[in-house]
Order: sequence, then structure tokens, then C-alpha cells
Amino acid sequence: MDKAQVFDTDYQSRLASVLRAIHIDPILFVALLLLTAAGLGILYSAGDGSIELVQKQGVRLGLAFLMMIIVAQIPQHQLYLWTPWIFAVGMVLLVLVLMAGDVGKGAQRWLDVYVIKFQPSEMMKLVTPMMLAWYLSERPLPPGFKSLVISAVLVLVPTVLIARQPDLGTSILVAAAGFFVVFLSGIRWRVLIGTLLALLASVPVLWNLMLDYQKQRVLTFLNPESDPLGSGYHIIQSKIAIGSGGLYGKGWLNGTQSQLDFLPERHTDFIFAVFSEEFGMMGAIVLLSLYAFIILRALYIATRAQDNFGRLLAGSLSLTFFVYLFVNVGMVSGILPVVGVPLPLVSYGGTSMVTLMVGFGILMSINSNRRLLSR
Amino acid sequence: MTPWRRLSVLFVFLMVVLVLVGRALDMQVLHSEFFEKQGDARQLRVVSIPAHRGQIVDRHGEPFAVSTPVSSIWLNPKELIVVLDRIPQLAKVLRLDAASLQKKILDNQKREFMYLKRHASPELAQRVMDLSIPGVALQNEYRRYYPTGEVAAHVVGFADIDDNGQEGMELAFNTWLKGEQGKKRVIRDRLGRAFDDIELIRSVEPGKPLMLSLDKRLQYLTYRTLKAAVLKHNAVAGSAVVLDVKSGEVLAMVNQPSFNVNDRSQMKPEATRNRSVTDVFEPGSTMKPLTIAAALESGRWKPYYKVETAPGYIKVQGNMIRDHRNYGDLDVGGVIEKSSNVGISKIVLAMDAEDQWNMYQKLGLGADTGSGFPGEATGRLSISALHNDFARASLAFGYGLSVTPLQLARAYTALAANGMLKPSSFLHNEEIVAGERVMSAKTAKAVRKMMQKVVSDKGTGKLARVANYSVAGKTGTVHKFVAGGYAEERYLSIFAGMIPADSPELVMVVMIDEPRNGKHFGGDVAAPVFSKVMAGAMRLLDIAPDKISDKRLVVKKGVAKQKKPTEGGRA
Repeated sequence: MDKAQVFDTDYQSRLASVLRAIHIDPILFVALLLLTAAGLGILYSAGDGSIELVQKQGVRLGLAFLMMIIVAQIPQHQLYLWTPWIFAVGMVLLVLVLMAGDVGKGAQRWLDVYVIKFQPSEMMKLVTPMMLAWYLSERPLPPGFKSLVISAVLVLVPTVLIARQPDLGTSILVAAAGFFVVFLSGIRWRVLIGTLLALLASVPVLWNLMLDYQKQRVLTFLNPESDPLGSGYHIIQSKIAIGSGGLYGKGWLNGTQSQLDFLPERHTDFIFAVFSEEFGMMGAIVLLSLYAFIILRALYIATRAQDNFGRLLAGSLSLTFFVYLFVNVGMVSGILPVVGVPLPLVSYGGTSMVTLMVGFGILMSINSNRRLLSR
Repeated sequence: MTPWRRLSVLFVFLMVVLVLVGRALDMQVLHSEFFEKQGDARQLRVVSIPAHRGQIVDRHGEPFAVSTPVSSIWLNPKELIVVLDRIPQLAKVLRLDAASLQKKILDNQKREFMYLKRHASPELAQRVMDLSIPGVALQNEYRRYYPTGEVAAHVVGFADIDDNGQEGMELAFNTWLKGEQGKKRVIRDRLGRAFDDIELIRSVEPGKPLMLSLDKRLQYLTYRTLKAAVLKHNAVAGSAVVLDVKSGEVLAMVNQPSFNVNDRSQMKPEATRNRSVTDVFEPGSTMKPLTIAAALESGRWKPYYKVETAPGYIKVQGNMIRDHRNYGDLDVGGVIEKSSNVGISKIVLAMDAEDQWNMYQKLGLGADTGSGFPGEATGRLSISALHNDFARASLAFGYGLSVTPLQLARAYTALAANGMLKPSSFLHNEEIVAGERVMSAKTAKAVRKMMQKVVSDKGTGKLARVANYSVAGKTGTVHKFVAGGYAEERYLSIFAGMIPADSPELVMVVMIDEPRNGKHFGGDVAAPVFSKVMAGAMRLLDIAPDKISDKRLVVKKGVAKQKKPTEGGRA
């Protein structure tokens, strides 16, 4: 071993220990940095080479990382104690939004609190699994029938409130987050399958509860060519972008679908199509691998959590992140209907980014809780 | 968490990742070609490249018609009906009414192409494109512009907004001028704007330029002079044709009324006719020199033969032919000088009908001039006149047949070119056309000599004189033929002449239709136009004077060494 390598290894391990000292998991941290850096690169291309857009996103990312680090400092037992109160506040805010929210893009999602516009439904993505983890970790596992019913209520109430805003994407993510806690708590397989069947049977009922534009999206998803100039336009253009990318892609800044303005919402929800067009299947696999690595690392943290609250919450957050990814990539590539879920940590926009990074902050807090205990 | 649950989570995770990777493989590798084609179908368009329409220039290369690149704004109604809320913006920039624009778009919503504004200025086009409205795009085109405006409007004609020749030379040589538009494949963005050229399918073949025989300076001069005369005499219309004797080329051709060829919104059909070519009239006394030529050529008549015209009228087949007064005995030249109808009647009736008829025919009366001008009239020369003395006499002094001003001018070039008749041409010929002999040089010279007397001090056409140049010509004053016969008080005033008389360079015919300000004789109304235009033409074409007037010599002696310009001519 020569001197440089010694120094190198030494430097790395020192950095890692600094990160650990502030409750940050170095592996997850580096993976997140890589992903967001790649995100900024593709955003530059999707935003028609606007450096201003990239700067704005960079500032948001900085803030989101800062939030993550701050949340990571909160001891897990504090989170546990605050959970029911935060949940209660979140529910009140959701009701307020429905009553007095700002209408943005045809949906009531924002609550104007003078200083900032605040989207309570975003917060529920974290608070709902926290609440369920809080509730179920107190009960004997696997949960009994009564616990399951209460859990279902805890999930469904915020889900329905958010769906009424209407915001289908977020409500699905909230429901998924809640469901994962229940699933990880050891629900019996036959109960799980029974519930799924019951859900399937209730599809017609749900259909009737859906708003027209939501129905339209599902119908369009089933047959995008039926409305090539309207709702199907997004999916068709996006599929063309991805498909025409081929194995190696058209090169950075060279995607025709995206650069020629055919691809709508390309710096927000459809940014994955830009990426796939310009970097091809190889690029898509590399990006998906990076996501998979982050998710697996998060699941690993979950399995090593010291108590049920930490384990259920960390597992749920990891899987929610996964659902996030799957729903976005699925809708962009035409596997799922368009529900307005951004590509996590890559799509332009601040709200979901902050939520996700706070989620990672919670994960890191859970992770260092284990270390603190084992020390 | 049981190991089973952990495994099932991992299993589902793996499956989902596999689904995503499989989807990528399916779309980006297995069906990549399909999506590429779909993309191409949206991004690639075949567009035509407009061909530059050839210039039309005069014989010295001065432009009569030029094409400049412009942009036309068009829209795709199918795309615009999705963004109806942007129409007021669009209407505002284009200064249109938003409601009616919207209605127009909705009316055409099944179509994919609709012009919004043809030939827009570059600034306006830029401002419209800056709105970035999907479905609104530009198309490069050429706009035809006529620098000489109404001066050469009749000969040059015009092309419509799609660059198709509609009138005049623009129509006659449309294919030559138009060229062939090319085709190229371009990549375009969602708004339909061409982004980049991909491949050339067919290269554009620009139209070829056309050089006319007209001389722009002469055209201007003729236009100004004729217009002034038509206004002065409050005439209905007028035509003037200047031909080059050596080549038969048309050097100037103007008509009144004319029209603004650059703004055809107010265009009236009667103003767009090139009357010099499309309208016929009875030539009247301007026929007499041609008749005399026939007489001399037949051998039956010599210039010094006398004709008795007393008592100033003659009855032919029960029809009275009159002179203005009794001219007594006239020689053949005197018949032209005095313009005696009686004399010319006697001359033709004494010769073979065929000889008279053949000369008219050889001179191209009643036949195509070969100019190829669209809508050219051939006039009428009826063979039935051969068997009718009165008809023959009438022909001799220019009634009972019809000619165009161009035909008459062309017939006069035979007298001017010592008996050679040349085809008329609106195109510039580099080499001199030989032409066809229709009479002997001797005859032609003799007739010219007689015609010089017409513009003498005592002649009917003295106002056609040009200082320092000898002029040969003939006046004509014709009763207008209207429905039901000849009108008493409506005339055509005509002058046909050539200059310099001994070796003519130019022939000019001036015809003024219905002067209504008192004067109506060809010598009073048409001859001054000839004089003024020819005086200028001699200077412009740098033709040497052949008759230095005594007056000028006196002036020269009197004012020592200083030269003074004389009226109308060049010092």
C-alpha cells in the first residue's frame, strides 16, 4: 500500500465517523447525494438548459438535506412521544384545507399560513405510518381483529380526506404507507388476502366515489390512444420518449421528444422519460439500481431497528419510497395510470422532496437509536 | 418480523424491479424501432421550399418585377381549438377581431391548415411567434413587388399571392419564371416550428429571370406623356406603342387607364387590359400609307401619277365617299398629305383587288403578331372585301377592318425598315432578326417621303414634328364604331409615325380613345404625344439628328460659342 491510498482510506473513514457522529448513515447519505446529483443533471436537460431552474432545485435540495440532518438529531423516543399529537394536528389541518384551502391547479391542497403555502397532505405521508407504528407497537403482535379495525380507520380517514381534495397520488401513497405498517406488523396471510379480495370487490364502489377527471385518467390509462390530444397525450409522448431512447439513449441534451417540447411536464412528473430518452435502457437500469440500493439500505436499517416502533416505521418509510418510485416510473412508462406522483428526489419541486428527506432523517434517527442502545 | 415476511417483501421488491427492467427492455430494445417511428411521425415533416420567382427586367437589366422573401403566418385549427383562450392574444397582435377569428378557427376545426396572414412583415411574424401558441407557425414565401408600379403594369402583368402569373408577361412566361419548389424533411417542435433540416428530398429550382425588350426610361416617358394627353383631352382611354425598327422589339407600350399593380384591391377590369394588344380599332387614315405601298408595289401607280379628287366626293356603289374639301388634282403623295379619301379610293379601284388585299395580309393585319402576349387580339380583315368596290375603298382609308395598336405599329415598321417586316417581340433579342420582305425598299422609301409631308408646316400632322429630326407619319381621326353604326361626335385620334424619316430607328403609334375636350383630330390630340415621346427617345437612345434646323444655326451664329438647347430636342 502506498502513501496516497493510506491517506485516502484514512480520509474516508474519518469522514464516515464525522457523519456517524451527527447520526447520519454514510452509505445512505452518499447514495442520496449521487441520486440528487444525477437528478440535477437531468433537470438541466429537461428544463431546456435553464441554469436558473437547476439553481432553484439545488437550493431546495440543500434545505432538504439540512432538514434530514436536523430530524436525524431527534432521538427516536421523542418522535414516539410526539406522534399522536402530530397526527392530531395533521388531521385538523386536512379538514381545514377542505374547508378553506387555496385552489391550485383545480385542487384544494394548499393551506396558506401567511408565511408559506403549506400542503398538509404531504405531512400525512410521514405522520400516518408514524401513527400506525405508534399504535401497533403498543399492541401484541401479530395484531388482533380490534387492532386491525382501528388501524384501518387510522389509515382510511386521512386517505379519504386527501382523495377528496382531490389528490389521488398522495392519497395512494398515504394509504400505502399505512398499509405497509400493518403488513410488517405481522398480519396473518389469510387476513391479508381476505382484505385484498374485499378491496377488489369494492372497486365499483370506489369507482363511483372517484371524480370525473380521476375516472378519465384511469380510462385513458387503459386506452391512451382513445384521446391522443387530451389526457392520453402525456402517456403517448412519454412512451415514445422512453422507447425511442433505445439501448444507449440519444445522449444528454439530445432527446428529441423532450427538447422539441413534445413531452409535457418533463421537468416534473415526466422527468424519468427525459432521462430514459437521453440515456437509454442502460441509463435507466443504472438509475433504477441506485434507487434499489437506497431502498435496500433503508430496509436493512429497518431490520436492524431495536424496537417495534422503529422497525415498523423504518420499514414503512422504505417501502413507501419504493412505491413512490414504482408509481412514477410505472405511470411514465405506461404500466400505471397517470396519478401525478413525482420521481422521488429528482423531479423539480420542493414539497415532496422535503417530505422524503425528512423521512430519511427519521430513518437515520432510528438507525442511530440502535447504535446508541448498543453502545 | 418473521423470515417469511422478510423474504416475501424482498421477493415482491425483486419482482417489481424486474417488471420495471422488463418494461425498459420491452420498450427500449424490443420495440424501440416502433417508438422511434412514432417519434419521427410527430417530429419529422416534409415541407416545401418555395422557389424564388425569376426577376423581370428591362433590356438594360432594370427591374420591373422582383421577389423578396417574406413569412406567412398559418395555423393548425385542430391544434388551436385546444387553446382557445389564447386567441385574444393572437388577435391583438394581428389587429384582428378576436370573436371573428375564433369563429373562423372553429369553422375550420376539421382542417389542419389555415392561413392567418399572408406575407407578413418580419417584425409582425416575430411578434406572433413570440406568443408561442401551439399550432401557429410560419411559412417562408416570396412576395412579388413591381418597382415601376402602374408604368409597366400592362406589359409586365402580375402574379397572384401564390406566385402564379395572372396577366401579361407574368402569365405568358409563368413556368419559366416560377421554377420548381423543392422539398425537404425537417424536424419540428410541438408548436410546428421547423427546428432543423434533416434531408433534402428535392432541391429547389429557382425561376429564371426574364429580360423584356422594354426600355424602362422610354416606358416612363411614354407613360407620362400619354397620361398627360389623356387627362388633357378628357379621353376615355389611350394606347401608345414604340417599336424598335431593326429588331421589331417593343421598346415601350403603355395604356390608359392603368392600375396600381402593387395594390390590386381597387383594381378594375377595364384598367388591367393591355389595350395595345387586346383591343382593336379601325385605323382610319393611318391605313393610307399602307394602301399607297400596295399601289406602288403593284406597278399600277407611280409616285408622280396624278389623281383627280374633284369635286371632293365620289359615289361608289351608291355610297358617298367625301373629302373635307375639294383638293382638285393630287399626286400620289398629295393623297397622303391631304388625306384624301376620294383620291385613295380612286387609287385602289384602279388596281387589282388581290394586290391591295395581299399587301394588307403581308403586313400582318388581321393576323397574330407572334408576340405571344396573353389575350392578344388578331383584329379582323375580311376577305369578302375583295369582291366589293365600296368595301375595298373603305379598307383603303381604314374602315371595315380592325387592328390592334401593336399590329398597326408593326405594319409601319415594314415602311421604316425598307420593306422588311419583323416579328414583334416583348423579349430582348440579342441578334437582329432578318424578317420577311413584304415590299421593295424603293416603295418603302417613296411612302416615307410622302409621309414626311404630313408633318410639314402645311400637313395635318405638323404637331408631330421633332426639332432637329425628320419625321414621317400619318394622322388618323376615326368615327367611333358603336352599336348601330358610327357615332357622330365620338372619335379615335390616331398618329402613326417613324423617326428619323430617312433611316428610321423607331416607330410609334398613339391612339387616343374619345377625346372630349373640343379637339379630336389625330393631328391635334395624338401627334403631340408622338412628338414629345420621340424627342425624348432620340436623346435617351443617343440617335444622331438628321435635320439641323435653320433656326438653330441662326441662334448659334448670334450667341457666339454658347450652345443653347432648343425646344424638345438635344442641343
